[in-house]
Amino acid sequence: MNQSNCKGSMSTASSSTNWKANDVVPDQFPAGLRVLVVDDDPTCLVILEKMLRTCLYEVTKCNRAEVALSMLRENKNGFDIVISDVHMPDMDGFKLLEHIGLEMDLPVIMMSADDGKQVVMKGVTHGACDYLIKPVRIEALKNIWQHVVRKKKNEWKDLEQSGSVEEGDRQQKLSEDVDYSSSANEGNWKNSKKRKDEEEETEDRDDTSTLKKPRVVWSVELHQQFVAAVNQLGIDKAVPKKILELMNVPGLTRENVASHLQKYRLYLRRLSGVSQHQGMNNSFMSPQDATFGAMSSLNGLDLQTLSVTGQLPAQSLATLQAAGLGRSTTKSSIPMPLVDQRNLFSFENPKLRFGEGQQQQMSSNKPMNLLHGIPTTMEPKQLASLHQSAQSIGSMNMQVNTHGGQGSSLLMQMAQPQSRGQILNESTSSHVPRLPSSIGQPIMTNGIAGGVIGRNGIGDNSRGTGYNQVPPSSSMLSFPMNHTTELAGNSFPLGSTPGISNVTSKGSFQEEGNSEMKGSAGFPPSYDIFNDLQQHQHKSHDWELQNVGLHFDASQNANPIQGNLDVSPSVLVHQGYSSSQRSGQNRNASAVGRAMFSGVECVEQGNMQNFSPHLNNLLVDNSVRVKAETIPDANCQTTLFTEHFGQDDLMSALLKQQQGGIGTAETDFDLDGYSMDNIPV
Amino acid sequence: MERIQMRRQLALMRQSFFDQGFLDEQFIQLEELQDDANPNFVEEVVTLYYRDSSRLILNIDQALERNPLDFNKLDNYMHQFKGSSTSIGAKKVKAECTQFREYCKAGNSEGKKDKLGPWRQHVAQGIDGRGQKKKQDLTWQNIVIDKSKIHTFNHQKNGCPSGITMFWFSM
Repeated sequence: MNQSNCKGSMSTASSSTNWKANDVVPDQFPAGLRVLVVDDDPTCLVILEKMLRTCLYEVTKCNRAEVALSMLRENKNGFDIVISDVHMPDMDGFKLLEHIGLEMDLPVIMMSADDGKQVVMKGVTHGACDYLIKPVRIEALKNIWQHVVRKKKNEWKDLEQSGSVEEGDRQQKLSEDVDYSSSANEGNWKNSKKRKDEEEETEDRDDTSTLKKPRVVWSVELHQQFVAAVNQLGIDKAVPKKILELMNVPGLTRENVASHLQKYRLYLRRLSGVSQHQGMNNSFMSPQDATFGAMSSLNGLDLQTLSVTGQLPAQSLATLQAAGLGRSTTKSSIPMPLVDQRNLFSFENPKLRFGEGQQQQMSSNKPMNLLHGIPTTMEPKQLASLHQSAQSIGSMNMQVNTHGGQGSSLLMQMAQPQSRGQILNESTSSHVPRLPSSIGQPIMTNGIAGGVIGRNGIGDNSRGTGYNQVPPSSSMLSFPMNHTTELAGNSFPLGSTPGISNVTSKGSFQEEGNSEMKGSAGFPPSYDIFNDLQQHQHKSHDWELQNVGLHFDASQNANPIQGNLDVSPSVLVHQGYSSSQRSGQNRNASAVGRAMFSGVECVEQGNMQNFSPHLNNLLVDNSVRVKAETIPDANCQTTLFTEHFGQDDLMSALLKQQQGGIGTAETDFDLDGYSMDNIPV
Repeated sequence: MERIQMRRQLALMRQSFFDQGFLDEQFIQLEELQDDANPNFVEEVVTLYYRDSSRLILNIDQALERNPLDFNKLDNYMHQFKGSSTSIGAKKVKAECTQFREYCKAGNSEGKKDKLGPWRQHVAQGIDGRGQKKKQDLTWQNIVIDKSKIHTFNHQKNGCPSGITMFWFSM
């Protein structure tokens, strides 16, 4: 609200940022540190302001969270650190924390008069870098600059690594300690993730946003590749080094992968945790169904249509998600056009796979073709597999089944596994839109999901993202469930829930997701959406859709999408599974999700349009398919892929939905994902 | 002469606040923040606190009128009030708030109302000082919050914690 200048010596804002460029901190540092204080208590606000000024910081105070967020958004590099109260009337402090973490990747310090262990723990899980108990003493404020330095340091470290990789050697980033970086990133996963989001890692991601700083952007495709690699390796065995090799992406560093992996694991964990836990999840689980329902209702996707198209699994899902997401995109800070959504899905799919990793089924690297035109026969199998995975998902998937009977049941089942994580997402009908977002990142608003879906459907799915898309939706869906708020965060569906298999793993994940969703996981439950989609969409078609996740062979049909979604379904799908390391995945997932978002954003916007008609279909199909894929059953996959779903149609349908339905999704996509409720089912 | 006496009196009063547990260390932090650039910092902060807490107390009062009591809401108000009070260093008020919240949690309306009596008095006293509520008896304090007197104090003693602050915390 008021920019205050520190007395005297403060360097201007610009100078305080100078130090970022290099490791050397300017002499004046920490003087001039730009702090944003958010608290609804005016007394406390004034006191803090004075204290911070005394520390020679540049203070801006704000008594409303919304205002603070808009200030941060307007001026992305305007602040170095944020201090926020926990209890605020207009927005929960943790929600704000998540938003900031996802959108701006700034260190956030929470404070409260409440020093209960639960609350403090919540701060930790949501990613706060510190928690102060009121009354706040000036001594405590004197040291807050350490958080800023720490974060920067980690970012730069990653950047440097990427830089070296860019020589073309990325694969063998033999990082001396893969594990080290993983654990090191653990604490900063958010940071690195964010960083990655911004950084353009590979050439593949042309559409990704341009770098402002050297950050890795985990685009949908990239994420799908990631998920595929993880699936291939097996969730438990996936180590950054190997993943990096498998991915074979120039410019990607092991650290990038490591942090992404963490997020993904967290995401997966959240998905599974969430699905299991919450009663909500159950209700949500059905959410998968619900989401599907929502999805269908959202854009009037006609699962049947999708099913007909068959092959549009990934794409449709993507579109669906995108559609769903699209709506929410508006909300999210990340303006993810449909296109982006697709990306999300792509990511999501891989993520979904992660979840499925549990299931193991997926790990078979079978291309997520599950969805592709797999004839209904597949369904039964998939259903079975789904069931397995769906354990955690429970009702969610089932609900999806309601949709179609067999096909739907399949989906449901599939969705279930996926939905675990997704369950969160599913909870809200809006999930569908959410899925995309959830998958990629919390940020990924529904729009993104849509985008993702679109992508998948469109053909980009060739990367297999298609598959991801589907599942992600489911995962995403589940996401919403849990938390009303966190859709965005939790949606790590992308990676974590390769769809179905993840479900189990997700159970735990979901739980986490719930709590974490808010915070940060940021993996949009988009996965769930997919699941739902899949489920709803068609029973028989599901299989086809599944392919969506697997490979968005969309390329086959949905060429319009082209580009971003390159579906390497099998890879992606598997990655999703294998990497469902749930425990750590969530984090990665979220990272991926985020990346996806960015990726999605970039994704061909133009394509999205094509998709709209198809998207819907795609989404539907995708979701369905994804589910199918998640079932490790190999059989399903192969068959699924064979079919081509009318990706184009799906995509367009999805797109349409997105555009139309996204509105509802919007709410979901608010980073906080809390808005799930708003999404009209 | 008079000024010196007033200063002394003020200092004594201030010390008594600490001794009686009305104020705690946080208040000293506030005092330390005051400097030449912000000579009336403490007074400003306390004024802000008064305003905010009056509003809160009003809300609490209204909430207490309801039947049945909305514990959640009351708890929220209390939490806010507690937060403000701790930031200022109003130890006793903080303790009262905590206790009030306990009652809220227990859902013990009976207890709350009882507790409320003396608590309200304390608060009312302070608010009254601002002319916002009618005075009530105070057991702990005979200090009359006389605005004019306080202002006189403020003018006369530069840099001393405002008399207002002292009085207020006598709640």
